Amino acid sequence: MSRYLLRRLMIMIPSILGISIVLFTILALAPGDPFEELATNPNVPPDVRANLRAKFGLDDPVAVRYVRWLTAMLQGDWGFSFVSRIDVDALILQRLPTTMLVIGSSQILALLVALPVGIYAATRPYSVFDQIASTLAFIGFALPTFFTGLVLILIFSITLDWLPFVYRADISGSGWRWVWEHIRQAIMPVAVLGLFQAASYTRYVRAAVLDVIRLDYVTTARAKGLAERVVVIKHVVRNALIPVVTLVALQMPVVFSGGIVTEQIFRIPGIGSLLISSILANDTPVIMAVTFVFACLVVAFNLIADLLYGWLDPRITYR
Amino acid sequence: MNEHQLRGLIDKVKGGKLSRRGFIERMAAVGLTAPMATQLLAHAGVAHAQTAFVYKPTKRGGGGTLKVLWWQGTTLLNPHFAVGTKDQEGSRIFYEPMAGWNADGEMVPFLAAEIPSRQNGGLSADGKTVTWKIKPGVKWHDGKPLTADDLIFNWEYARDPATAAVTASAYRDCKAEKIDAMTVRVTFDKPTPFWAVPFCGTRGMIIPKHLFGEYSGAKSREAPANLKPVGTGPYRFVSFAPGDMVKGELNPDYHMPNRPHFDAIEMKGGGDAVSAARAVLQTGEFDYAWNMQVEDEILKRMEVGGKGVTVITPGGNIEHIQLNSTDPWTEVDGERSSLKTRHPTLTDKAVRQALGMLIDRASVQEHIYGRTGVATGNFLNNPPRFHSKNTKWEFNVDKANQVLEAAGWKRGPDGIRAKDGKKLKFVYQTSINAPRQKNQAIVKQACQRAGIDVELKSVTASVYFSSDVANPDTYGKFYCDIQMYTTTMTEPDPELFMNQFTSVEVSAKANLWQGRNITRWTNPEYDKAYKEAEGELDPIKRAALFIKMNDLVCGDHAVIPVVYRPRASAVSSKLKVTLSGWDNDLFNLVNWYREA
Repeated sequence: MSRYLLRRLMIMIPSILGISIVLFTILALAPGDPFEELATNPNVPPDVRANLRAKFGLDDPVAVRYVRWLTAMLQGDWGFSFVSRIDVDALILQRLPTTMLVIGSSQILALLVALPVGIYAATRPYSVFDQIASTLAFIGFALPTFFTGLVLILIFSITLDWLPFVYRADISGSGWRWVWEHIRQAIMPVAVLGLFQAASYTRYVRAAVLDVIRLDYVTTARAKGLAERVVVIKHVVRNALIPVVTLVALQMPVVFSGGIVTEQIFRIPGIGSLLISSILANDTPVIMAVTFVFACLVVAFNLIADLLYGWLDPRITYR
Repeated sequence: MNEHQLRGLIDKVKGGKLSRRGFIERMAAVGLTAPMATQLLAHAGVAHAQTAFVYKPTKRGGGGTLKVLWWQGTTLLNPHFAVGTKDQEGSRIFYEPMAGWNADGEMVPFLAAEIPSRQNGGLSADGKTVTWKIKPGVKWHDGKPLTADDLIFNWEYARDPATAAVTASAYRDCKAEKIDAMTVRVTFDKPTPFWAVPFCGTRGMIIPKHLFGEYSGAKSREAPANLKPVGTGPYRFVSFAPGDMVKGELNPDYHMPNRPHFDAIEMKGGGDAVSAARAVLQTGEFDYAWNMQVEDEILKRMEVGGKGVTVITPGGNIEHIQLNSTDPWTEVDGERSSLKTRHPTLTDKAVRQALGMLIDRASVQEHIYGRTGVATGNFLNNPPRFHSKNTKWEFNVDKANQVLEAAGWKRGPDGIRAKDGKKLKFVYQTSINAPRQKNQAIVKQACQRAGIDVELKSVTASVYFSSDVANPDTYGKFYCDIQMYTTTMTEPDPELFMNQFTSVEVSAKANLWQGRNITRWTNPEYDKAYKEAEGELDPIKRAALFIKMNDLVCGDHAVIPVVYRPRASAVSSKLKVTLSGWDNDLFNLVNWYREA
């Protein structure tokens, strides 16, 4: 097991290096620099922009810049944002808690909805409940988050005036009021992200449970006279959820990127909105760092999924 | 208008026959900015009007939290590094300049004891020195007093090339020296009629020497105060998350009585303009939102609820159409639109004149921009009151047809006019932006009726407005016959603005298309006038030269103005604000208050 883990970790290194080279080259090929705005401002003499470019090393060849970035990164120096001139790691850490809070709660919501609905639907396939659940799941699938987000804003913020649609990370105050304010502003973004995920999870859970529920050992369990509840929870679900767990782990990076759009709509100061504003401002160090973090997440969650799989299912061995 | 008439007008103001405002409006019509017009009066010895802002609160604080929304969030809080206005605005909460500009282009003192003038000895007769007296009793947020040393430091800091400050141009061509603890004299290298640039307005915010002193030049990024500003402003720094939130609290030691009104300020960033408007006008979650680049129809629909209004502030932004003087379809020495070529058809003045008559500005205003884009025939900014009297533009397809016919452009069998085998076929480009595409369509239709074939092209804004040397689609390269975008004139002095028609500034391969003369329109007479204006000591003669330059450009139809675009902000109906098109939105934050 530990040898397997070591091998996997060794394979991760070249793939992450490869990802970083591709990212860096694409960013270097893209037009523009962070001081674009200065070029169109007649108040700023062109040599100020030239000085800034030279100061931040933007005039060096791509290869030199990449090696400089890589060596700094290996020493734990993420560089600093060209736009806000703040260290990138500080910038990301500042925004990470918000993203984790929103994404974490939406994942919990997704599982809370998907598990019971999926399992119940699978135990009664093609019943009315199953039909309704499937229809809703397909609708949830089909509606992108930027659309449902706007619809929710229109209904709950503008028409009903119940919920705020501008998310504020640092609400001042304390006690229950503070908690309530946080919940109130998180309801819409969490619902948008969570229900979108729940739609796909429901389908997976249902399929997985349906696969297992027809197996002979389930019939045996029923024949033993076990209560239906016990059969489903102890015998069916435990085995059926193995692929679902892997799926959730594999979906995590996707969820992060899905959060980007939602963060922009609700003005959530998370990593996604940081990425968007950095891309718009051509702020290379920040784009590099955030995309790199996302890439690492994908690689890491792939590994986690593989490990979880083996842990849940003893039939799988690592070699 | 020549120098003699200009002097006559100034005498009229002196004698009380013409109001200050009337004078400023007249100057605006001939291409001078409002701040420059007031400087002319100051030079001639007409005292600055003392602007009093309406401010009702009678005590400091008690106004609760002021919540403002900037859909582009502030990313840094050092005014000398401000890349865009969003950064200047964030810094303006904490830092102040010696003086700012109000909507009429008059100076308003903030850190200055008074505005320098000839009468109070602040300005020298030769136009080379300005003496600033610092308001006594101003303290930094950490309790240290503001002194002349701070001003001198700002001058040194900003002009140092190693600092790479974006404010460098304001401090480069002058020398600042300390006279006594509270007095600073600025000496310009050459006579400078427009002296109110260093320490004034958007580029003039003063940072404290005792916190930034060690971090001048190459170390400028490391200053802790870059992220934790300590200024003199009405609000003290609380917290800052780049691109997201700037928080400030009331400064109990502020140097103006009974101010500020609000106990705290929160500036939230991010999102888009439409939802920012919604948060102020429809749900009332926020009190103020900046730069409402939203279709007027949408704004009007949001205003119906009565929670907020759109406030329109006149400034100097013009959406205009540029006509290429050079040939974009012939390559010479590795570049198209080279100065060595001439445009085959657009160099005919009749064609340019006809195109000028084919822009249906009224429809553009009515159907696209509404209050946020006022039809105009003048290239330079234009207060609405004056504008209505002097509209010179017209939309007249018949007349355009006549002009073309008279100039020998005959319709061919395909309905397109031609002369000597050259057809009137143009490619018309702009950035991708819904109002601009609608505008293009309106122009294309009218041109068709006049026998001009127009092909529309739109380029993503991030490419179009970039200075990418490798890309053929940038506005600077102008590899096209006609293009349209908004030019901004936020700087109060027109000298920089007017250099975009001088021949040395022609955008070309040699200067990597960084030159500011995009149309490639050149005129020796204009160059001569510009050169004269640069060295002209007498501000009135200088103003007359600028007016002449403006006449040359407009008279030759080098550009076609479409709509003048004032700044729009969404303001909660209880909030009372004073805004100015010549300074930051928050320039007068200290006088903002909420009505009970």
